[in-house]
Amino acid sequence: MSKKILRISAALVIVLALGMWLATGANPGWTKTSVPVKRTDEVTGITVDDYQNRFVPGADFLGAAFLGSSFLAGASLLFPKTQTQTST
Amino acid sequence: MINTTNHTTHIITNIHIIVTLACLGQAAMAAPETFDFKDPKGINNAVFKLDAPLEAINGNATGISGTVTFDPADPGAIQGMIVVASSSLHVGNPMQLEHLRSAKWMDVAKYPQISFETKQIKNVKTNGDTTTGDVTGTFTCKGISKEITAPVKFTFLKDKLGKRVPNMNGDLLVIRADFTIKRSDFGLMPGQMEEKVSDTIELSLSIAGASPK
Repeated sequence: MSKKILRISAALVIVLALGMWLATGANPGWTKTSVPVKRTDEVTGITVDDYQNRFVPGADFLGAAFLGSSFLAGASLLFPKTQTQTST
Repeated sequence: MINTTNHTTHIITNIHIIVTLACLGQAAMAAPETFDFKDPKGINNAVFKLDAPLEAINGNATGISGTVTFDPADPGAIQGMIVVASSSLHVGNPMQLEHLRSAKWMDVAKYPQISFETKQIKNVKTNGDTTTGDVTGTFTCKGISKEITAPVKFTFLKDKLGKRVPNMNGDLLVIRADFTIKRSDFGLMPGQMEEKVSDTIELSLSIAGASPK
């Protein structure tokens, strides 16, 4: 039972991480906790990047998710195979 | 005859007064103005870009202050100092931000300011409200000062302050400059980690100063 739970968890971690990474724009760089939003002053024409707090997972986030998922999948191998009873 | 002479003298005196006032008005209009670059709207910014083989780092700083004296009638006589608060340096990645502000890199606790003070301007060209020139001055970062020259564009916006700040009259001066510096010149981990943190730092300054009347 534990073996199955670990394998399902491993799959969930990777699917959720990949889904989150894709949904937030598939950022190939580092994870960001703030993102630039452009604002332009009409009189002077100057544009500034205002940083707004937002979590954008990057390649390092995906890597950590793969690592966590591998760990869970690997841990599942530590459990013995479930014995199936056969009737003779 | 006497009346006619008096009348002529009176007219000449009036013309003298009008001409004198006109000259004074022109002189007042052409007087150098001091522009304050502390922007209440937080639009003034300096963008920095580092493009290393393995990593690109982009960010900005918005804590700008300083004053510049500019004479629309003599743009070549510009002088002043622009200051950037080191603590306002920002990048999107939290770990990069921590490293950037740390003692190893910018050491913002010990060196709270990055500044540029003008010395002279050459190759001045004016076209309408816009003046361009090569400004030489002292750039100070992390306590180290170096003389650098940067191409700068000044745009004088007469009587436009009221459009930005309601109930205020005055002029605006927009300054734009793109130039590069070497981090190794300013003691920023010289010769180290150049595959990830480029030695060349591209800087782009876009600021507006106000001269209220």
